[in-house]
Amino acid sequence: MNHILEIDNVSKIYGQVVALRDLSLTVPQGQWLAIMGPSGSGKTTLMNIVGCLDSPTVGQVILDGLNLGVLSHAGLTAIRRESIGLIFQEFHLIPYLTALENVMVAQYYHSLVDENEALEALARVGLRERARHLPKQLSGGEQQRVCVARALINHPKIILADEPTGNLDETNELLVMDILRQLRDQGSTIIVVTHAQEVAAHADRVIVLEHGRLVQDRVGAKERVDNLETASLMAG
Amino acid sequence: MNKNKAFAFRLAIFSLIRRRSRLLAALLGVALGAVVLFGLISLCRDLPRQFRDEFRAYGANLVFAGLGSARLDLNDLKKAKGLLPPNKLLGLTPLRYESVRNRLRPYVAVGVDFAQSQKTSPFWRVTGRWPNEPFEMLVGADIALNSDLKEGSFATIDGRNPNQERYAKDFRIVGTLATGGVEDGFLFMALADLEKMTGISGVADLAEASLTLGADELKTLAANVKATVPSVEARLVTRITDSETNALTKLTSLVYLVAVVILALTMICVATTMMTVVLERRKEIGLKKALGAENNRVAREFLVEGAIVGFVGGFLGSLGGVVFAQIVAYNVFGRVMTPRLYLIPLTMLVMVIVAVVASRSPVKKASGIEPALVLKGE
Repeated sequence: MNHILEIDNVSKIYGQVVALRDLSLTVPQGQWLAIMGPSGSGKTTLMNIVGCLDSPTVGQVILDGLNLGVLSHAGLTAIRRESIGLIFQEFHLIPYLTALENVMVAQYYHSLVDENEALEALARVGLRERARHLPKQLSGGEQQRVCVARALINHPKIILADEPTGNLDETNELLVMDILRQLRDQGSTIIVVTHAQEVAAHADRVIVLEHGRLVQDRVGAKERVDNLETASLMAG
Repeated sequence: MNKNKAFAFRLAIFSLIRRRSRLLAALLGVALGAVVLFGLISLCRDLPRQFRDEFRAYGANLVFAGLGSARLDLNDLKKAKGLLPPNKLLGLTPLRYESVRNRLRPYVAVGVDFAQSQKTSPFWRVTGRWPNEPFEMLVGADIALNSDLKEGSFATIDGRNPNQERYAKDFRIVGTLATGGVEDGFLFMALADLEKMTGISGVADLAEASLTLGADELKTLAANVKATVPSVEARLVTRITDSETNALTKLTSLVYLVAVVILALTMICVATTMMTVVLERRKEIGLKKALGAENNRVAREFLVEGAIVGFVGGFLGSLGGVVFAQIVAYNVFGRVMTPRLYLIPLTMLVMVIVAVVASRSPVKKASGIEPALVLKGE
């Protein structure tokens, strides 16, 4: 199987705090992976390492065939630009730019700006008519969809979403999940960090972290992850 | 301009326009700096002219004399005068000194061109009136005080010319001259009357000229006169030209010093504002880096914003500087100054450089921002 992500015995230590402990994981191309776990379990640390925003203290991460450990700061920046789409819980839209311009910013740092393509991306998330609005003129759900459009505009191989529905109502949550499903169906690899079992239920595979350790790794979304306590017991 | 450059420019403009409060703070700082800078440089450029005009009130600044002990030939003086720039020449008068007597008392009579003397020696104060008819004269204030030679009276002036021939002529005293200097002890008459009275014409002892030129230009002019008319010696009146140069140098240095201080203050103002902007936009910077922006690209964006602030602030400030310079020129020198429009692009360039240099430290701060930390809200 062609793996887009291979994590091999990775640990991350901040001073006295061990955020990740000896974690190994492989993610095939085109898989939707959900990462669950309580606060402080290492989910965001793992996302940051996979997203080239941080580096492991120990271990090796291979993303799309490239060993991230040997890459320079500029090399990691290039990987973020070329291969990764980021979706944040807090949206992180630039407040003085319109929805369209926020999408074009990602194009600008990637290659060449193309307004029509950016408009198509917004149309794909149902915001074609709201393209000229500033973030403050958009609802939370609309802002998150702009964030999704920005993440997909450069056709990244892997989309990393950190609590993408954390600030959304149920309707918008379903909209965003639907867009992510479409992306997965088109071959994108999607990694979602979430607390919500409803969100994890959309994934092809769910892993659970606790105290930086991988305590559960289940393929298939049919079986619900009932609660983290149970998951921890199963791992033990 | 390709699409990306146009978009980068749009980003910078929108960043400034849609965040007006910060833009106004930075613009105000730069514009105020530009107002003072433009005004001071304008005044500095105009100061030499202002000073020359002011110093002309203290008398002639160039003197012509004959070579060695020879008297000055008026034909040679005419040639020398032809070498002086007419638009810079305020006045030129020959002066001829003769020993004369009145009722056996000795005096020094000075033959001048009264119309020109009023221009070369604007500090002369005359009570009564200036002579404008033949054989009218002025008496120095000291003579008027200590003799019968007073305004309104007639005086017989007599003497011997160099050929030992006696002469005598009646003059009407029409005014008293007071300068507080040696002139108060002389009799002043028209050179033509002195020539007629003595029977000797075509010579003078020296000539005084008042020109609106600086010391260096006067030196060049004097050398040119000496080279062209060898029988005429031209000398600077150093007490005037040196004073003018000293005062001008000190004032110009002071103005430039103030300009440097103003630039430094502007730089601090812009640097502080830009630092605030960087802190306010930490998340945006983190996001851009997370999207794949290299450090130098983020830095360039901030420097472009700084440059735009410098450009616009410099332009607005220059316009204000035109008004500021006029107000100062009018209130200090009592005259309207010609606006030096070529200083506008110069001021704008200086303010762009100041703004960009001031942005360097905040930009360095921006380059050090870790995207993972700021996106987490730390």
